Amino acid sequence: MIAQHLPILQIVLPLMAAPVCMVIRHPQVVWIWATLITFLCLPISIALLVQVMAEGVIVYELGGWAAPWGIEYRIDKLNAFVLVIVTAIGAVVMPYARRTVDTEIPVSRVYLFYTMLLLCEAGLLGITITGDAFNLFVFLEVSSLSSYVLISFGKDRRALTAAYRYLIMGTIGATFYIIGVGLMYNATGSLNIYDLSKIIPELGGSRTIQAALAFLTVGLGLKLALFPMHMWLPNAYTYAPSAVTVFLAATATKVAVYALIRVTYTIFGTVDILEIVPVQDMFMVMAVIAMFVGSLVATYQVNVKRMLAYSSLAQIGYMMLGLSFDTITGVAAGIVHLFNHAAMKGGLFMALGAVAYRVGGVRLEHMAGLGKKMPWTMASFVAGGLGLIGVPLTVGFVSKWYLVQAALEKGWWMIAVLIVVCSLLAVIYVWRVVEVIYFLPASKVAQEAKEAPLSMLIPTWVLIGASIYFGIDATTTLDVAFAAARALLGDGG
Amino acid sequence: MEQFPGLIPYWVIMVLMMMGLYIVIAHGNLIKKIVGLNVFQVSVFLLYITMAKVEGGTAPILAEGIKLYSNPLPHVLILTAIVVGVATTALGLALVVRIHNAYGTIEDEEIDKLEDQT
Repeated sequence: MIAQHLPILQIVLPLMAAPVCMVIRHPQVVWIWATLITFLCLPISIALLVQVMAEGVIVYELGGWAAPWGIEYRIDKLNAFVLVIVTAIGAVVMPYARRTVDTEIPVSRVYLFYTMLLLCEAGLLGITITGDAFNLFVFLEVSSLSSYVLISFGKDRRALTAAYRYLIMGTIGATFYIIGVGLMYNATGSLNIYDLSKIIPELGGSRTIQAALAFLTVGLGLKLALFPMHMWLPNAYTYAPSAVTVFLAATATKVAVYALIRVTYTIFGTVDILEIVPVQDMFMVMAVIAMFVGSLVATYQVNVKRMLAYSSLAQIGYMMLGLSFDTITGVAAGIVHLFNHAAMKGGLFMALGAVAYRVGGVRLEHMAGLGKKMPWTMASFVAGGLGLIGVPLTVGFVSKWYLVQAALEKGWWMIAVLIVVCSLLAVIYVWRVVEVIYFLPASKVAQEAKEAPLSMLIPTWVLIGASIYFGIDATTTLDVAFAAARALLGDGG
Repeated sequence: MEQFPGLIPYWVIMVLMMMGLYIVIAHGNLIKKIVGLNVFQVSVFLLYITMAKVEGGTAPILAEGIKLYSNPLPHVLILTAIVVGVATTALGLALVVRIHNAYGTIEDEEIDKLEDQT
């Protein structure tokens, strides 16, 4: 009975739990409630993934109204995988959040913080699960509006301007997206993604459809911070509260990448339009620039959180590069990197959150000599850093291995070389931090620093552990990613 | 073949849209940016409502004698989008109030100067 309603429970649970937080108000009780909810969401998404892998696509009609008139939730291998990423990160962030929230957010506002975190998760899950283009917009705004609020919780006043700038950029992005949806509706009379994927090829590459694709791509590009539309990201990640940075860095951009995959591969996958407008080539150029600009700028950041934010831009570049290959290996590499990067970057930002909690800042000078004071936290940072570089036995290596392989399959030697060169840049920025951590004497503030509390260490190591475990034994993630890529390209081409 | 309104509504909408976008980009005042954003969003609402119009159709009400009516779906969609727009504007303005409290100004350039100092 319940099993058949899992798709809707996935969304309704966090969505309905959020207002309950407003009623509870007591900081500790709200935390327990929110944690409980995220813990319930995770098994649901895992159950959905298992079911999809075994039985194929799940279609859930909301209120029993059949598509294309009603809204349907359509879960295939790709979005089941993304659901697991989002819920897993949510379930790890909640236990971690309690300590950081104590120091970063006034007690009177804590309940609002958890309300927004749950809403944001509900929005992201909604984007992932829905099979309706307009419904996707609504969830996009649910997650975006709550993430603007979450960022503005930051202690530094620059968090406010970061949130404001993100709001402006994010709203332009979302509005572009609905213009695109509107144009598609104008041409087809349908809003259902699956339905659109069947109607649009019949129309060929009419002007309206081309314009729709352009608006959709730019709108979602803004959301996922693809270079040159990334200006909001570094400040937003730097000044947001630690737990928020972890959550957004590991999920928000990933979900936007997923939405873009849906648009380019599912809706427009079978249209010749991709030959009229070389979307793939444009993605490739932007992805490569993002990889280099992100990594280069990261190498001279003094604020480590900001450094990781720029590194995120580079990593988004890797994902987009994988997608731009338009081959099964390439797309699978992009999809698997969604998961891999979520694990690594989530773990790294968690380690930084622990530093901020114990030392009070995350600039290089704060981290000097912490190798002896907080050995476990710093070890997790190093392990995550190795993942960013792409050292074997970490997930970073798995992603890059398949990216390089996809490049070679296409015979693009230059791209393969660029991927390797870009990894060397990652060595530079990770090494700078490692050097400061282990080879410099501890600064005054760091003298008194203790190891991070267990409630922060355990979530950090869960993510870092995942990034090592799936680096050694990547069969599970790769199986799902390849199955998803085959499904995407199978009915595409 | 095309009668009076033809594609003119779409042209008007596009002009409005670009005006809104231009205001967001060109103005340094945080409130004016939000005004621009609103113009931009409203133009999209108009885009949807324009495409819902069926020539000769009445309002989509179930009543006797009404055979041809406009497509109500875009109206409903835009009702949702209006709510989202209101929420965005409210949140944006709330942020501007807090920025004003924190910085003492709502001009982009002055805020940049203050941020560079810290």
